[in-house]
Amino acid sequence: MSAEPLVDIRDLSFAYDRRVILAGVNIRIPRGKVVAIMGPSGCGKTTTLRLIGGQLKPTSGTVRVAGEVVHELDDAGLYRLRRRMGMLFQFGALFTDMSVYDNIAFQVREHTDLPEELIHDLVLMKLNAVGLRGAHRLMPAELSGGMARRVALARAIALDPMLIMYDEPFAGLDPISLSIVGQLIRTLNDALGASSIVVTHDVHESLKIVDYVYFVSEGHIVAEGSAEEIRKSVAPYVHQFVWGEADGPVPFHYPAPPYGEELMAQPGRPREWWS
Amino acid sequence: MSLAGLLRRLGAQVTGRIWRLGFASRFLLMTLLYSGMALRRLQLTLREIYFTGVLSLIIILVSGLFVGMVLGLQGYDTLQRYGSSEALGVLVALSLVRELGPVVAALLFASRAGSAITAEIGLMKATEQLSAMEMMAVNPIARVVAPRFWAGVVSMPLLAALFSALGVIGGYLVGVRLIGVDEGAFWSQMQAAVDFRQDIMNGVIKSAVFGAIVSWIAVFEGYDAEPTAEGVSRATTRTVVTSSLAILAADFVLTAFMFRGI
Repeated sequence: MSAEPLVDIRDLSFAYDRRVILAGVNIRIPRGKVVAIMGPSGCGKTTTLRLIGGQLKPTSGTVRVAGEVVHELDDAGLYRLRRRMGMLFQFGALFTDMSVYDNIAFQVREHTDLPEELIHDLVLMKLNAVGLRGAHRLMPAELSGGMARRVALARAIALDPMLIMYDEPFAGLDPISLSIVGQLIRTLNDALGASSIVVTHDVHESLKIVDYVYFVSEGHIVAEGSAEEIRKSVAPYVHQFVWGEADGPVPFHYPAPPYGEELMAQPGRPREWWS
Repeated sequence: MSLAGLLRRLGAQVTGRIWRLGFASRFLLMTLLYSGMALRRLQLTLREIYFTGVLSLIIILVSGLFVGMVLGLQGYDTLQRYGSSEALGVLVALSLVRELGPVVAALLFASRAGSAITAEIGLMKATEQLSAMEMMAVNPIARVVAPRFWAGVVSMPLLAALFSALGVIGGYLVGVRLIGVDEGAFWSQMQAAVDFRQDIMNGVIKSAVFGAIVSWIAVFEGYDAEPTAEGVSRATTRTVVTSSLAILAADFVLTAFMFRGI
């Protein structure tokens, strides 16, 4: 991988109170590449994105974006850096009181003094890129899940960011929307010359579009490699994840005392008073 | 539970409350600090004045009218026992501008607009709209919280004034039109007895303070809400309960300071 990454995460650890989420994670996101961070739910993928965006501060280690250590920036510095980032949230996080048009224009109006005519052209251009120019008058409540995700994507690229972060972009989408969103991630990244981080557990869709993959489990990077390397990997964890096996290094059962012992010990659990 | 356990739990509750009060105070400070945008881009605040103030008009006006009508009935019943039913206008006006106007309007405002503000901000948090704003380098306290706070502070005195005005009309309708109190005595005694600074201005000050209290509680509860359906519901309830208690407590303190010489 490239020697000068856009995002350089070193020995990153993070904990909520005493619950450790990430422990000594190292990730490099090279310029111009699409990198996936995969792992089961609750493994710390979204936390990693929030640490990159400066919404959380690490317990130890550093997150460097475009040469700046994120958690050492003051508010003004952090906001300056965020203007060069775009983020797509899991369910779009569109502003429900604004139309599709105003959602996309929001950031442009907040951060630039462009005349409204120019903003109009810019918004339509971004919407055209995601195939939703005709939907600019709709309200978020009138959009399907896939359309909302595409509008959120258009909003994330409104200011041509250097880094685009995607939090579970494929969650809950039908196969057509899923494929469209996947292709858009790749084409927009290449067209804008940006770098992208895709946090997902959708293995098959993401392996089609990404250049490199990191697997996170229980706060550690357990595997990494190109999409091809991951497909061919025989590492038990990666194999279980890629092929969707119910049991393996990630156990099917939540930790519990022996079944028989529990059945013998507890004759019956009293019902809650309201049930 | 043992006595030590009980005390430990009580202590945790008390420290939790104090910690939260400190957090709420810091939040208010941040809101005031980031109010520049709300005042500079006035259309943001005007939009919120529409949602919190204008949309609360119906409930405020109708309630004011009925409260005034009840005052007219009850006041006449008491005053005529002492042969001073002409003083009905004074009783209705002073009760409304000094106490009932600011207090009842604030209680209604807390239920109608305060709960809506909390629910809206809480839902924005639950659906990650506030996080999205942060990631777009837009401060949610400046963009979302401050305009709603100032809208409440501005709307409340206007709503209280309208509540009192409709209340006086309600008292007039019942006292003069229905019962037959002398119309000239009703208005002239009211005009002579109601002092602009002592009564009306103090009422306006009270309602502005209540507006600040309700708006502060509403925006804070929304911003601090647990981002779940249950969390937003709990925060909305807390807004109404805490605001109502805070209004009544603040009313006592303000009244004690304002009318101590009377």
